[in-house]
Amino acid sequence: MFDQPYFPAARAAEGFWQSLTERLVVPLPIGEWFTAVVGYMQDHFEWFFELVSTVIGFVADELMTLFNWIPAPLVFLLLAAIALWRVGWQFTIFVLIALYVVLGMDLWPATMDTLGLVLAATVAALGIGLPLGVAMAKSNIMQAIIRPVLDFMQTLPAFVYLIPAVIFFGTGRVPGVIATVIFAMPPAVRLMNVGIRHVPAENVEAGRAFGCNGAQLLYKVELPLALPSIMAGINQTIMLALSMVVIASMIGAGGLGDPVLAGIQQLRLGTGFQGGLGVVILAIILDRLTQSFGTRRRGPGLWAGLGRVFGRRT
Amino acid sequence: MDAKLKVENVYKIFGAQPKRAMTRVRKGQGKDEIFAETGMTVGVNNASFDINEGEIFVIMGLSGSGKSTMVRMLNRLIDPTSGSVKIDGRDIVAMSRRDLIALRRREISMVFQSFALMPHQSVLENTAFGLATAGVGRSEREAAARKALEAVGLGANAESFPDELSGGMKQRVGLARALAVNPSILLMDEAFSALDPLIRTEMQDELLRLQSEQARTVVFITHDLDEAMRVGDRIAIMQAGEVVQVGTPEEIVRHPANDYVRSFFRDVNVSHVFTAGDIARRDQVTIVDRPGMSLRAALSRLDQHDRENAVVHDRHKRYLGTVSADSLKRCIREIGPEAEGRIETAFIEAVPALAADTPLDDLLAPVASAPFPVVIVDGEGDYYGTVSRSVLLHALNRSEEQPGESTPQTEAEHV
Repeated sequence: MFDQPYFPAARAAEGFWQSLTERLVVPLPIGEWFTAVVGYMQDHFEWFFELVSTVIGFVADELMTLFNWIPAPLVFLLLAAIALWRVGWQFTIFVLIALYVVLGMDLWPATMDTLGLVLAATVAALGIGLPLGVAMAKSNIMQAIIRPVLDFMQTLPAFVYLIPAVIFFGTGRVPGVIATVIFAMPPAVRLMNVGIRHVPAENVEAGRAFGCNGAQLLYKVELPLALPSIMAGINQTIMLALSMVVIASMIGAGGLGDPVLAGIQQLRLGTGFQGGLGVVILAIILDRLTQSFGTRRRGPGLWAGLGRVFGRRT
Repeated sequence: MDAKLKVENVYKIFGAQPKRAMTRVRKGQGKDEIFAETGMTVGVNNASFDINEGEIFVIMGLSGSGKSTMVRMLNRLIDPTSGSVKIDGRDIVAMSRRDLIALRRREISMVFQSFALMPHQSVLENTAFGLATAGVGRSEREAAARKALEAVGLGANAESFPDELSGGMKQRVGLARALAVNPSILLMDEAFSALDPLIRTEMQDELLRLQSEQARTVVFITHDLDEAMRVGDRIAIMQAGEVVQVGTPEEIVRHPANDYVRSFFRDVNVSHVFTAGDIARRDQVTIVDRPGMSLRAALSRLDQHDRENAVVHDRHKRYLGTVSADSLKRCIREIGPEAEGRIETAFIEAVPALAADTPLDDLLAPVASAPFPVVIVDGEGDYYGTVSRSVLLHALNRSEEQPGESTPQTEAEHV
């Protein structure tokens, strides 16, 4: 109704607000600033990015080579043994069938690549994230600083991580792993923090009353009692790393993301579905295996589990 | 005699600026006034007392009276705002962190209300915790831990984990953990308060027994008068952060310092400190009355356990009656060999149940006249235990010994 000519009061008011807005608003070229900062960092910290790139690239390459080098039957045996030891014989059967399906879809090398990338990213994310979590639990100031950073990291869309990663590290495995590290780190930090802060006060008091110093308190009391929470964090980190590694195939990280991406780009439904199925299988196996380390088990170990399967009473 | 532990003018202020509150305390402002004006809490207000070598010193008070804060200032889990705590003449408030850690590893250990065992460690590892922290080698610390576990009667459970133990057993581990470092001072913060009454009495006896073998200086925190009277050589009573009276149980009962102290003893006649519930045992054979429980089944249960009588209660532990082998046989004879008689027909009427809070003095006549141990029931009418003649005599004997035991202590005080 305001732009009708016979309503002059409304026109006048509109003009007023417009000029007020124009006068008050200062243009903020945040995008340009960001570009400038990135450019500056590229020019002056090249050695740093080279170093990170070399280390991460080396670790990721070695892990991928390792998993591809191990003969498939050995991987079958290894994963089945861990499944039997930590979870149970039903899950062991699932693992065997699932790995057979991966082999049958001709996705074995891609799956091993993804496994290597996920492990490399997870190791890096935990290496940085877990100590940060401890620092956060021990100091309220650290918590006040780190918490908003984590919120920022978790709410930023995953694709946005890829842009600076490409700028600093080009395309390929390394930026893929780095974007994955940043994306997957927050739960490890958060759950370490929460786990330590929720250790019962009397247990901490008991530790101190029996003469623990700071490090002993951490290793003898806080970390063991926070273990279920820490393992949940590690589990979450692995899961997030897996999902990000698939996205990172867009910048050439390789692995199971490639068939998924090909499926989207070329509308090849079957290829995309197979890639997706491979990701799901890997996710289930990694999830169940890592979860099993979060619960304390004093029950039958690997040998008793084997005995149960082969009908031997232990 | 020099005191083992000497607490002098100790204050603890909880809040943002304890120094500001301290100046108000020194000016003589009260706890409530300071809280209203500054929002800070005076947790412990000018506490001073001596604890002698080898005695069990009880600090008693209602919740919020500052007793838990007080005990934590004795090993500096909580730092006093002002004042001194001297152990063998050394002021621990002024001590360096390094010396304090050494003191906690060797001299002073603690037992906690909620046990505070480490769930990831076995009973043996838990017991050896203090020694492991101090860097004692594996074989040496495990030997010491096994000895401590033997001392509290848990030698067989060394390989168990805390979640496999009952509450009483967990606290035995807590006690063994504290004893394993062989401390000269033992702090017990409401150590038995989380246990049910029978187990609690048992643990008190255990503590007294351990104390008779090797007398340590024990600081025992409790809110329970019965417990304080049973275990304490001397008692300090705290009220709103202040220590209002220190003395032997006898002194405090005879000359309470104020109405607060008197209120603790309002319903207690000193000669009636113990009640039936305190001494009741649960070693009788019990029969749970359920549809399948016939006279013959009850009789066979008695025969199996080689007992003359048994207590009958229902599935909710409500006490129903007492049967004996004779009463069961008589009923079986009356109904003939084929019929299935109900168990109520065999109840012996001569055995009335008594309430758990019956004083021992009122227990004498019924126990003396009853043919079997007298059944004790709690407030709800549930089966609580039984008191036999020998148990009663034993308890009376002990309760008469207690003032006698503390007499030398009293004399030493006044010399």
